[in-house]
Amino acid sequence: MSVFVTVGTTKFDNLINTVTKYSAIKAFQDLGYNRLVLQTGAGKIQKELDQLEELDKFTVEHYDFKPSITEDIESASLVISHAGAGSILETLGAKKPLLVVINEDLMGNHQLELAYQLYRDQHLYYCECSTFVETLKSSDFTKLKPFPDKKPKLFVDYLDNLLGFK
Amino acid sequence: MDSELGVIAVLIAVVVCLVPIFSIYFSVNRTCKTKNPNVTSTKRTKPASVMIIAGSGGHTKEILSLVSSLGSHYSPRFYVIANTDKMSQQKIEALEAEKIKISNKMEYSIHTIPRSREVRQSWLTTVLSTAYATLYSFPLVFRLKPEVILCNGPGTCIPLCMAGLVLKIFGRDLKIVYAESICRVETLSLSGKILYYVADSLLVQWPSLHQKYPGSTYIGRLV
Repeated sequence: MSVFVTVGTTKFDNLINTVTKYSAIKAFQDLGYNRLVLQTGAGKIQKELDQLEELDKFTVEHYDFKPSITEDIESASLVISHAGAGSILETLGAKKPLLVVINEDLMGNHQLELAYQLYRDQHLYYCECSTFVETLKSSDFTKLKPFPDKKPKLFVDYLDNLLGFK
Repeated sequence: MDSELGVIAVLIAVVVCLVPIFSIYFSVNRTCKTKNPNVTSTKRTKPASVMIIAGSGGHTKEILSLVSSLGSHYSPRFYVIANTDKMSQQKIEALEAEKIKISNKMEYSIHTIPRSREVRQSWLTTVLSTAYATLYSFPLVFRLKPEVILCNGPGTCIPLCMAGLVLKIFGRDLKIVYAESICRVETLSLSGKILYYVADSLLVQWPSLHQKYPGSTYIGRLV
């Protein structure tokens, strides 16, 4: 079972540091995970990750960017993401359990509205870096509600009506 | 506070640019006063030309997701991108490569205009850069004369929609459709606040936002 962590196109080194701390790795292991895949983005974290000590029965892989993270989401049992809409929607679209980690530097930013709303609708959990380990331990991901599939036809029908095609 | 100043700045810039263009257009060119053959009571069969304004980043992703589901009766498609935006161009080309497999026809073009507002740009320079972008936007819209303008912010779409509004005033049958980003749960974006008064249809993706802005339309999640 693997965990996929993504920071999108931004940098969020604090998140990468948080999920690679001993306490976090220990929590992952206790929950039955044995693999951690990190998409680290524009941050300066690469070198430090290479220095991570070899762990017993637990692998850590990392890369900065890929054209598509779809495969990594698909093969993960849990996704940990920054609050970006792209990553959130892709993860929920793939019906994967999601824990969003809010970047404290963005507090008050409208970009967090989406994560808060989807939490209220019980599609994800969220936390900050400082509360990550306890949130991971205490969250029951089986209680999350599946995110409804998007319906492109709604928009197509609406526009067709507006233009008189129907 | 910042966003209010931004609204004022954009409006001032657009009005400043509108006045001379408006007067020149009115005195010189009346050819736009074409009759309107597309009354909605009869079913339309002729394709509709659509201008798609790709904002950048997440905005582009959302709007292209909407465009990807549209049928081939929306053609030709005029994409407008900011001149600093390479990513959007690649994404548009990738989408159109898929569409061409179905229709076997190349039915799109990409047009670039100066960006009207960078993230965190001050309101004073926003007036200038919006004015500059407006000067590019009007001739583009007047030349292409789209029947639909589809946009979702950010600022780049404002001058183009204003140009579309002028075309409408001159009798062109044009629909301006603004689809607010799914990220907007509580408040409209700056572009949304301005276009609330201009667009034929302002779609929002959350019921809470629709309640706050009753003139908007909520048909569900779009992306």
